[in-house]
Amino acid sequence: MESVAKQKLLALNGDEAVAYAAKQSDVDVAAAYPVTPQTIIVERFSEYVANGEVDTEFVCVESEHSAMTACITASATGARTFTATAAPGLALMHEMLYVASGCRAPVVMTVVNRALSAPINIHCDHSDSMSERDSGWIQIYAENSQEAYDSMIQAFRIAENPEILLPVMVCLDGFTLSHALENVHVLSDDIAKKFVGTRQFPRVTAHEGKDASFRLDPENPISIGPIAFPNYYFEIKRQQEEAMKNAPKIIQQVHEEYAQISGRHYGNGLLDAYCLEDAEIAIICLGSTAGTVKTVVNELRAEGVKAGLLRIRSFRPLPVEGIVKALEKVRAVAVMDRSLSFGGHGGPVFHEVHHALYDTPVHPYIVNYIYGLGGRDTSPSHIRKIYEDLQGILQTQRVEDPVRYVRLRG
Amino acid sequence: MFSEWKFTAKDIAEKADLFMSGHRACAGCAAATVMRLVLKAVRGPIIATSATGCMEVVSSIYPYTSWATPWIHTAFENVAANASGIEAALKILKKKGRIKQQRIDVIAFAGDGGTYDIGIQALSGAVERGHDFLYVLYDNEAYMNTGIQRSGGTPHGASTTTSPAGTVIPGKVQYKKPIADIMVAHDMPYVATASPHYWRDLITKARKGIEVDGPAFLHTFAPCPRGWRSDPSKSIEISRIAVETCIFPLWEAINGEYQLSAPSKVIALRPERKKPVREYLKMQGRFRHLFTPKFEKIIDEIQQLTDKRWQRLLKKCGIV
Repeated sequence: MESVAKQKLLALNGDEAVAYAAKQSDVDVAAAYPVTPQTIIVERFSEYVANGEVDTEFVCVESEHSAMTACITASATGARTFTATAAPGLALMHEMLYVASGCRAPVVMTVVNRALSAPINIHCDHSDSMSERDSGWIQIYAENSQEAYDSMIQAFRIAENPEILLPVMVCLDGFTLSHALENVHVLSDDIAKKFVGTRQFPRVTAHEGKDASFRLDPENPISIGPIAFPNYYFEIKRQQEEAMKNAPKIIQQVHEEYAQISGRHYGNGLLDAYCLEDAEIAIICLGSTAGTVKTVVNELRAEGVKAGLLRIRSFRPLPVEGIVKALEKVRAVAVMDRSLSFGGHGGPVFHEVHHALYDTPVHPYIVNYIYGLGGRDTSPSHIRKIYEDLQGILQTQRVEDPVRYVRLRG
Repeated sequence: MFSEWKFTAKDIAEKADLFMSGHRACAGCAAATVMRLVLKAVRGPIIATSATGCMEVVSSIYPYTSWATPWIHTAFENVAANASGIEAALKILKKKGRIKQQRIDVIAFAGDGGTYDIGIQALSGAVERGHDFLYVLYDNEAYMNTGIQRSGGTPHGASTTTSPAGTVIPGKVQYKKPIADIMVAHDMPYVATASPHYWRDLITKARKGIEVDGPAFLHTFAPCPRGWRSDPSKSIEISRIAVETCIFPLWEAINGEYQLSAPSKVIALRPERKKPVREYLKMQGRFRHLFTPKFEKIIDEIQQLTDKRWQRLLKKCGIV
């Protein structure tokens, strides 16, 4: 843990922590557009550029659609690329998110989670990134600003790994993390830069069967983003799924390697369990809510209640086996969703956890809580109520209403 | 500002094609000719990028490609953002010593739909930011790849699948957007119009657009036999008559200073050479309905509009 001592402790909000990580990651091209609440990321990064603290070409584009576009083509040209966005911006990028993963452009993007319009609302929920869960991007959700910083540094290594070569979204909760000041341990520039390394390019077959590196290089021209008809499209999409399947192993490796230099672990990098080994009742959630849940778990444990938490860090790819294993001994589970899948049965995290368990012998009572939409605060008392509900379910041995809403009027 | 590049027809014929034969463009497609001519103007290595559209679709049907140069396509509305990303990457990678070439030029291609309509935001933004690239608009005056729907570049009176000539409405009611003038209003260093019949003029302008520091915009005229309902063997002839009728005059604006190019200057100096628009319209089935008693007055309107725009151009060029 030699390098742990070398870390500085800085007071940063989530946005600043992300910008700091981007500064240390030898980003070649950043293209971004100001959308609250991620705007601070772009502002801080612009300052780094203005002060010569980074060697980055910063493109201040005219829209989020162009931000993602410029990142894709810069990435294809050989640059390490970074951008940041939030709800409406992410929605505007939607088309290009699929293009990024389809072109196998390892773009790293911070999503500062926030509600989608209408009504317009700048505060936190997960509607934005959950709407993009099928876009072929890896999605990592951070619990706090420290993890947002750490995840950013790891993200470039994951995205650019030739076995993956997929874009990565690092998600952090709007305002709750993005605008809240926190003590954040940061690596020295040298160590961070060394960890991230320089981008490696896989070899591909180019014109006339020539061997070329996978980038736009006039010496070995390749065409990227062609039209593929029914005779080829399907295989290309299947390859993306194969890359996704390679991702859990690499995410864990990078996470472990990072832990060696930072001293910080987040479970196994995919799932982060808290007091779950002997838990009878558990909550599953993403993001900053986990911090609140841990507080309540501590209180309940002091009272002798066997409560636990499973935080999903990697939602894409979803560590299905890990979830099943983690819930083996749990008798009642509450899945918390900070977004709605209108007309579906509960929220997306609930769907996926439920589905993961179906073909297994692991069948705890399971209930869904939709919470915190549009930034509605969820305090320890609300979390405690959920655990009490789970205790009630164990008593009655039945789930009356599987989809519930936290702190909602009438 | 520009090099003294001179070339003969032989030079051009012998210069390697970057847009290669075997693509799937229709017979008589002038856009494909435009692509080939523009790419004859390169001064060294380039990276090309295309908006979704005819020239993208015909050139990149997986696993084949017509591009003998690095090429990328991402979507319809964003080719100028494609170019922005490429140019930004080249700049920084060169600075960091991660690419060998001294200079790589960036050329973006888009049709009228991807330029006048859905692509104008990205184009305007890229030009405002001053990226060093050449944007080539191949204007076939409708969404030809999609099935001949009207665009902001479709001229008044043309029949398309979304502005069909009916018994009441005579084709497109609105007028063609003056896109090149809009680009000049961006205060960009180089804007020009070109027609493939005047191939030497077109190649020269493409080269200037490549050489100029900062963004350049080349508006090329690209007759489309399928969409224009014209004889595939007449595309180049139509691209000449469009200039001779002043439907599509040739000019360039260097740092905002307009000047007529030779083929149009001849007409300015000898107005008797200016042909009536009727000669242009009669070659194309998309205007067939105008040659009926009910809609014939629209030909007069088109003539008046053409004259008005021509006079306005002459004024900008300091002639009159």
